[in-house]
Amino acid sequence: MAAPLTLLLVVAVTIRAALYRSSLAEVIAERVEVVSPITAWKRVIEGLALLDLGVSPYSGDVFHETPLVIYLFHFLVDYAEITFMLADVISAIALYLAVKEYNKQVVRKKQKFALEADRYPQDCLELIRSPKEMLYIPLKVAMFYLLNPFTILSCVAKSTCGLNNAPQIITPHCFKISFAVFLCLATYQSIYPLTLCAPAMLYLMQRQYIPVNYRRASFWWFVVQYLFMYLGSLFVLICLSFFLLGSWDYLPSVYGFILSVPDLTPNIGLFWYFFAEMFEHFRLFFLCVFQINVFFYTVPLSIKLKDHPVFLMFMQLAVISIFKSYPTVGDIALYMALLPVWSHLHRFLRNIFLVSCVLLACSVLFPVLWHLWIYAGSANSNFYYAITLLFNVAQILLVSDYFYAFLRREHHLIHGLYLKKKDGSEATLVLK
Amino acid sequence: ILIYIPIFVFVLLRKLIKEEGENDFQEELVIRPLHSGDIYASFQFRTLWETDFMRENKVSHYRLFPKSLGQVISKFSVRELHISFTQGYWRTMQWGQPFLPSPPGAELWVWFQDSVTDVDAAWKELTNVLSGIFCASLNFIDSTNTVQPSASFKPLGIVNETDHRFLRYATLPREIVCTENLTPWKKLLPCGSKAGLAVLLKSEKLFHSSFFSQTVHIRPVCQDRECKTTSWELRQTLNVVFDLHTSGQGKREWSLFKMFSRTLTEACPLASSSKIYIDVTDNPQEEYFELSPATPLLSQAVVLGDRRTFSVYDLTQQVTFGTVRSLNLLIRWKSTEGYIHYQPSKDRMRPHLLEMLVQLPPHSVTEVTVQFERALLKWTEYTPDPNHGFYVGSSVISALVPSSVAMDTNITQEQPLFSSFFPCKEESSYFVRVYTEPLLVNLPTPDFSMPYNVICLTCTVVAVGYGSLYNLLTRSFQIEEPNPRLAKKIANFIRRIRGVPLLS
Repeated sequence: MAAPLTLLLVVAVTIRAALYRSSLAEVIAERVEVVSPITAWKRVIEGLALLDLGVSPYSGDVFHETPLVIYLFHFLVDYAEITFMLADVISAIALYLAVKEYNKQVVRKKQKFALEADRYPQDCLELIRSPKEMLYIPLKVAMFYLLNPFTILSCVAKSTCGLNNAPQIITPHCFKISFAVFLCLATYQSIYPLTLCAPAMLYLMQRQYIPVNYRRASFWWFVVQYLFMYLGSLFVLICLSFFLLGSWDYLPSVYGFILSVPDLTPNIGLFWYFFAEMFEHFRLFFLCVFQINVFFYTVPLSIKLKDHPVFLMFMQLAVISIFKSYPTVGDIALYMALLPVWSHLHRFLRNIFLVSCVLLACSVLFPVLWHLWIYAGSANSNFYYAITLLFNVAQILLVSDYFYAFLRREHHLIHGLYLKKKDGSEATLVLK
Repeated sequence: ILIYIPIFVFVLLRKLIKEEGENDFQEELVIRPLHSGDIYASFQFRTLWETDFMRENKVSHYRLFPKSLGQVISKFSVRELHISFTQGYWRTMQWGQPFLPSPPGAELWVWFQDSVTDVDAAWKELTNVLSGIFCASLNFIDSTNTVQPSASFKPLGIVNETDHRFLRYATLPREIVCTENLTPWKKLLPCGSKAGLAVLLKSEKLFHSSFFSQTVHIRPVCQDRECKTTSWELRQTLNVVFDLHTSGQGKREWSLFKMFSRTLTEACPLASSSKIYIDVTDNPQEEYFELSPATPLLSQAVVLGDRRTFSVYDLTQQVTFGTVRSLNLLIRWKSTEGYIHYQPSKDRMRPHLLEMLVQLPPHSVTEVTVQFERALLKWTEYTPDPNHGFYVGSSVISALVPSSVAMDTNITQEQPLFSSFFPCKEESSYFVRVYTEPLLVNLPTPDFSMPYNVICLTCTVVAVGYGSLYNLLTRSFQIEEPNPRLAKKIANFIRRIRGVPLLS
């Protein structure tokens, strides 16, 4: 498997290098769908220039990156393109290895399933995948990530989203608690990966055969260990940032900015227009509602999906990408890369055609309507806002569709594939 | 007695060598920092030899003077030879005047002795021989590009008579200079490129410059006022201008290592004088750039009608090299931007402030550009006429302008009101303040008529997400049992009362 992966990496790097050399790089770096006030490269350069001038980068309202990032680029600013390409490559390799590990686990479960096959209905054997079918999935996942136009655009624009994605991807690959550091790194840069703690913990517990039962001591002991590691590294990172720049200025500029959304630059998310048109009186209330909305699904999803932590991770990534305060296409590319892992669910998906058409159409319409609004002046902000809404609805439909398909497959595995009503005719399955 | 024999032999040999004439070799490097941030380095290597090439018995013992050139002079009865190879064009407007000007390409002009009968044949042979010595295509010089100037190009050495029949001038503008030409040129030096200033002449750096020129000048010169003894002077010069952005990486900081990728460790042992001159005329109190290591030696010279001051580094003195035994001159510009005060803005709290103290060179244009992004504001923060745009206030330029008329600093004197507003601190300059035009920026506006609609629609999208996930989380799959329709239900109820079998 190394050769196709290497070929894929070479192709991906070539495409990115070619785009870097062309004149499209500046155009893409300006697009609001690809960069946000948190991830824009222009702002990183501004922060570095302010640092050189002796002014704190956080004294203005332009720079919202963490101090570790500014010091990383202080040394690497001449090699920025290579850094972003490397981040993408590392993410792809991490995805590849993670999915391979997951497949091995699935095969193991399937073998266990086959041993108890007589306990289960016969006809659901066709729902089980053979190892041969799953052979190419890791490669497909890496391909979906590297060759996704969203990822390529994000890389060419030098959006630090790529750097945010890399630790998030390495997290599921870990089977040691010490890898909680990566999750901590991801949380440190943007707060939302905090919700990925739950799937990471569940995955580790599954690998180490600790039963997920809140009455057992081993469960709580594990949770304490993990949280200790996680919170400890977070504390270390925050203190390190304090010592790097000598002040706590970065806390309101980075975390305060993400949570309180003062900058209303249009992007593909739901926050900007909502808060642009919000009545002052209710601003804080709706801000809290929207932010809680991101963290709110963690516990219910974890309870429902406690036996399937990888799918839980996928759901969490999707929820974060859709409902975060400043989403970009780089975040979408992250969870879309994981879709081939659940390609066996396609028979239960209901809206996939509609969703893909809407996503494609919206991706094309975004720059068109932006141009009409800002440059041509013949449309107004409502047009762009409408496409934003549609894009997010399509994403939500996609995610809930996959969730539906997953749950349905689980149901069929237990109760058989071809269900019959009491009178023998074919049954329909509904949620009740 | 045995000791005396070697000394006697030594003295005899010395006398013999002396008979051949005094050899003297001097090397110098002049570095002139230019206003545009570029730097001009000029090497000169001079060999003086008291000998007579025109004697019957040929000169056989060469010491410092290169043999190839000596043979050329005697064979072709050359009185003066000037050859230059140049790449690039000298930009007088930006760089001032060069010490030794030269045209792009190759240029060769020669004064022959008046004993030569067939000057054209000698010229042809001479160009071929020189083409071999310098690895250049000087053999392309023929009658199609040779002239005999009658008014300019008078001999630069001892002049007997100037019959321009003995002068030939040719130029090859297409000739390219490269390492192949530099190497034989360096070989002509007594120390080669192994010691002294010639160590700095590395072709990777020299040919990455804006201007490069190497020349050879041979002429007879007088040794004293009365011109009783003449000697032959060979001067090899190399002029190079390094560009701020190509070689200097945009930083106004030059050092020997940055220019030549070498440092100096010793002077050429055969040189009687080995010096480096840095032009510090424009930097009298070290206000524009600083020189390190510092040197106490200063000298003045008149160059091109202008008296200039130079800091001198004498390489024959061991103290110049210091404890590290190598000399890397550093010329660092003090930041000429002066003072920048920048206070970035905080949204809804304070505006941007940019203050710069700039020194503008005369007859120049300075542009200050600032990149900005337009932000979308909350709908309540727009003025009632949002499509008019937002105003950005004028920029302010305050300056002290030199005055051509001496002004009166005495404030108690009777002065009309219009000339006494700004306080006058010095006589020679007056204060002026200039305001630019304000800027009108069109910001993108949200739709002001739609707050309720926007809130409802966005909340709907969030609710769609919430609803789908809530359904999937709290409900489970069940087989649908169809509910009998209402009519059937009533019919069955009536049938049950009647006691009749029910409908299916």
